[in-house]
Amino acid sequence: MTHHTIFFTKTHEWILPSEGKVGISNYAQGRLGDIVYIELTAQGKEVKKGDVIAVIESVKTTSDIYAPCDGKVLELNQEVTSNPGLINQDPEGAGWIIKIEVKEPFSSEGLMSKEEYETYIKTLSE
Amino acid sequence: MKKTALYEEHIALGAKIVEFAGFLMPLTYGSSIEEHYAVRTAVGIFDVSHMGEFTIEGDEALNYIQFVTCNDVSKLSKFQVHYNAFLTEKGTFVDDLLVYKKGDKEYLLVVNAANTDKDFNWITSKNKFNAKAKNISDQISQIAIQGPLSQELMQNFVGFPLETIKYYRFTQTEVASIPAILSRTGYTGEDGFEVYLSNEDAPKLWKLLLKEGEKYGIKPCGLVARDTLRLEAKMALYGNDIDDQHTPLEAGLEWIVKLDKGEFIGRDVLVKQKEEGVKRVLCGFEMLGPGIPRHNYDVYIGDEKVSSVTSGSYAPFLKKNIGLCYLPVEYSKVGQEIDILIRDKRVKAQVVPTPFYKRKK
Repeated sequence: MTHHTIFFTKTHEWILPSEGKVGISNYAQGRLGDIVYIELTAQGKEVKKGDVIAVIESVKTTSDIYAPCDGKVLELNQEVTSNPGLINQDPEGAGWIIKIEVKEPFSSEGLMSKEEYETYIKTLSE
Repeated sequence: MKKTALYEEHIALGAKIVEFAGFLMPLTYGSSIEEHYAVRTAVGIFDVSHMGEFTIEGDEALNYIQFVTCNDVSKLSKFQVHYNAFLTEKGTFVDDLLVYKKGDKEYLLVVNAANTDKDFNWITSKNKFNAKAKNISDQISQIAIQGPLSQELMQNFVGFPLETIKYYRFTQTEVASIPAILSRTGYTGEDGFEVYLSNEDAPKLWKLLLKEGEKYGIKPCGLVARDTLRLEAKMALYGNDIDDQHTPLEAGLEWIVKLDKGEFIGRDVLVKQKEEGVKRVLCGFEMLGPGIPRHNYDVYIGDEKVSSVTSGSYAPFLKKNIGLCYLPVEYSKVGQEIDILIRDKRVKAQVVPTPFYKRKK
């Protein structure tokens, strides 16, 4: 079954399984502040769920981005490497970070739906 | 946790709040880069009410401050301000501060928020003079107005030409009919003012500034912008670039060390250090490779770890990654290549002239 819906992790990544796109949530970009640099893992690399796939640097802090599922890194979003601010502007759209070849069947175990994630971030202390 | 008198204003403006030096302070109101730019190109305002303020009054006020600081306070004229430091007996920093001369027997000292209590205990423990130190930090708010359009903005609130207040001078006046100290000082590398006023009056002035400032493109600015602005201007931050392990001679602040002014705490060590020459100095560097240097990252020359980054950041106006670190004098020349350890990788950097940013006068 193909998943056309977006899923979120507790560490604020999102994945759209039908396209294999992975990024960070709007909440996460807001917490990080202005993003000025991103370092991505290698294209073609096999990653396991929880592996660091990117490091995002905002003006003030450095943050690891984790793979939301197992898979092979297919593509890196060149737009965000040349313009990391795109992640601030459109974190859940054009600011996607990498594309993963998702292994079928995709398991959403441990991931949250958009609604569940919205509820989850409300529980996080400011 | 303490809140400044402007806390509710920050919340209303949607600031991201963090704990800093025991206060809930605005980190940014949205984009720290835009805030940084507002200060470099127009005007920005900062709530710096967390800073500590002490009054020193009495017949021997001057002698007292001379003894606990290294700069020469006797050189100040009335309504003049200077940068100064409290030093330990080892000549290292207790804190850096501003000294305001309000009168021959009346001074105002402004210290770092994180050090207010430590500093006050330190100076009172050294008080053998006929003078009284008072910590008035909790009653005073401070708003910094910084940027090339600061004067134009502030002129709307005072009844005399602001050109008359020169750099590092101040006056006791009314700002928007609010009694205040208006000082031409700042921590951004731009022209600007710092206003000291009572807590009750602070929200009123803050709101007036934002309203009147709209046509100048004003932005409220948080701690992130404050840090990136001061770093571009290579202004030292206590706890990062200066601390009780380093002396002002090592920190490149020899200009505030007046060895001939008479006895003061730390003087003997500094006399000796000056004679022998310092072994390490605070240097500015620029990254040549990718990545942002951060506080405490290791610094290498060849295979040897020589120190660590004291301050490092992306510099929004210069659009470079820059930092400060102490380097052995023999490796401190402009052009010296160093490596910064970023996520277990050594990344090339180079010593550059400082300040990284200097405003056009």
